[in-house]
Amino acid sequence: MTENSSTNGKRIGLFATCLVNTMRPRVGFASLKLLEDAGYEVSVPGDQTCCGQPNYNSGDRESARDFARSFIDQFKDFDYVVVPSGSCAAMAKVHYPRLFDDTDPEKADIDAIAARTFELVSFLTDMAGLTSIEGKNTTTVTYHDACSGLRELKIKQQPRTLLSSIDGLEIKEMEDAEVCCGFGGLFCVKYPDVSGEMVRKKSDEILKTDADAIVTGDVGCLLNMEGALARRGERTRAFHVAEVLAGLDKEDAS
Amino acid sequence: MHVTSKDFDEKARAAIADDQLQMGLFVFGKIFPLMRDAKAAELPEFEGLRDSARDIKTNVLENLGTYLDAFEARAEEAGGRIHWARTAEEANSIVERLCEEVGAKDIIKSKSMVTEELELNDHLIDKGYSVVETDLGEYIIQLRNEKPFHIVGPALHLNAGQVSDTFYEAHKKHGRTEKVEDKVKLVEEARIVLRERFKNADVGITGANFLVAETGQIVLVTNEGNADLTATLPKRHIVVTGIEKIVPTLDDLSVFLRILARSATGQDTSNYVSLYSGPRRARDADGPEQFDIVLVDNGRTDMLGTPVEEMLRCIRCGACLNSCPVFSTVGGQTYGSVYSGPMGAVWTPALASVSSAAKLPNASSFCGKCEEVCPVRIPLPSMMRHWREKEFEAHLTPSGQRWGLGMWAWLGKHPSLYRAATNLAGIGLRLISKGRSGKRLATWLPFIGQGWTQSRDLAVPQEPTFLSQYKEGRRR
Repeated sequence: MTENSSTNGKRIGLFATCLVNTMRPRVGFASLKLLEDAGYEVSVPGDQTCCGQPNYNSGDRESARDFARSFIDQFKDFDYVVVPSGSCAAMAKVHYPRLFDDTDPEKADIDAIAARTFELVSFLTDMAGLTSIEGKNTTTVTYHDACSGLRELKIKQQPRTLLSSIDGLEIKEMEDAEVCCGFGGLFCVKYPDVSGEMVRKKSDEILKTDADAIVTGDVGCLLNMEGALARRGERTRAFHVAEVLAGLDKEDAS
Repeated sequence: MHVTSKDFDEKARAAIADDQLQMGLFVFGKIFPLMRDAKAAELPEFEGLRDSARDIKTNVLENLGTYLDAFEARAEEAGGRIHWARTAEEANSIVERLCEEVGAKDIIKSKSMVTEELELNDHLIDKGYSVVETDLGEYIIQLRNEKPFHIVGPALHLNAGQVSDTFYEAHKKHGRTEKVEDKVKLVEEARIVLRERFKNADVGITGANFLVAETGQIVLVTNEGNADLTATLPKRHIVVTGIEKIVPTLDDLSVFLRILARSATGQDTSNYVSLYSGPRRARDADGPEQFDIVLVDNGRTDMLGTPVEEMLRCIRCGACLNSCPVFSTVGGQTYGSVYSGPMGAVWTPALASVSSAAKLPNASSFCGKCEEVCPVRIPLPSMMRHWREKEFEAHLTPSGQRWGLGMWAWLGKHPSLYRAATNLAGIGLRLISKGRSGKRLATWLPFIGQGWTQSRDLAVPQEPTFLSQYKEGRRR
């Protein structure tokens, strides 16, 4: 991007995640907008790939280490790395340091980069000090606390604070907002029956709120709930929190 | 330990289709966690107690031999006898010999998951003994020839009607010909039938929740009172328990007593907490004439010094089961192992084998709720991941999955090909997607994606990947 006089001089590398890249590109653009509006200079390194979670959680530790190494290559020169996903951010922030021993040559780099890596909404609130978002939105939403963000990164209040600051937007809390939706990475395809039942229960809770949209911070969980609701013939919309915060939810669902 | 976790998927499907079971799971999966959270919130020091409990157990595991030796010495001073069993076979033969010594015929049992692990009942019944479980839930599933549903509530999956049928059939021979449906009357009937067994038993076998090194006492934490009858009425009391149950002192014990019932059932404390040491003394009104403790290893020392060592902190409260969204969807019997849910997913591969239990550490969405509630702060998801790594190293991971992961890792090292592949995937998805409900949806996916479209559609974007659009110059 071009240098912008409104930037605070801090450079962010945006890690878009595989699912944002492929399934929900608009979340990437929403993230760019939110971070730039907050005064940062943002770039998207072109050779980024995956954080390595599928391999890590399937027991393929060696490949997960390779993914971590390429993450270092792509992001080592930035002041911060921001990720619009609780689980991919937690992979880098919490799990990468566990993949390397003190004797590994990458250890110092990985620890340093993990410390500079943040999930998008928690970065906006906790690091950028944002407490409200300009905008108008008459939608009623219910927020699902995606597991990794909630439990590994302690993201609970941050998205609610920003969402509820939008003029006209109402949050209707569902029961069991903190209960897993059944996505769980490869879990959803390895245990389709169990996962399907979990997301069915989740859908029930979403529908009980009568909200116009389900909002969450992870595209995986988002697609899971959106897909289950669609299969049931429900018209409930589904958004990543970044889309709503950036005001992109009013455009046609892509 | 007999493990049938290979049938996990099949049993899960059956469990999901079982409305009666689902109703039970719904109630229990909601109520226990709510009560646990309420009790934890009432106690400002609850989180601190969890830290203390973790630290006490860490110290115990670092000095296990020392504490076990101290326990043995104190227990023997009190007149008890200690027996060490390295394997399940050894433990079962020791118990059999102890029963033989007193010419036993009738054995009553209470409160011992470890004997389920050892399959002690089958062993004793094979040798001609009559063995009756006296915990109500255990008794019911024994009559039904089932495995426990839950480590704290073994018959939680059954309703009164099912128990009524079971009792009607089983109690005919005890002269009870009337079919009882009322829950209170069912409990009363079990009590009447079991009372005769209590009176006639030659040996009582119990487990132990804790072993206190300082005093040589075993501790039983119960709600029904039957464990105390089992421990005191027969002339010989045999305690069968795992070596990891040790706590150093009575003060330490109090820490665990404050978190156990709260974590398990949301009670401030259980109805009974009993400490036993040695056989009856000359002036005691009651108690067994002989007191024997079988300390079972059965794979536990092999866990020391490994990444699953921390699992030995487990106090069998079942909080991880109660709060696990997978457990509360499929129920305990789906796991095909005595220990189910998240704790079972770590214990079972350790005690049986990684290959026989491969389904279990994978049957988790890694939501982390189990770790959040574990009173001794066991990092359960990390340990499940450890077993997944062992499976991967041993090439036990299904070959299709292995191939897919290998491909993915290779793409990770070749960013331009990763971009090409994700672009291609997007194009493919757009081709098979259809418009519905104002979205473009894929209703069928090939390969592993079939698991996805079994119960949900996939919303497909109608635009190129984020990285390619960004490369083309789009910024917002």
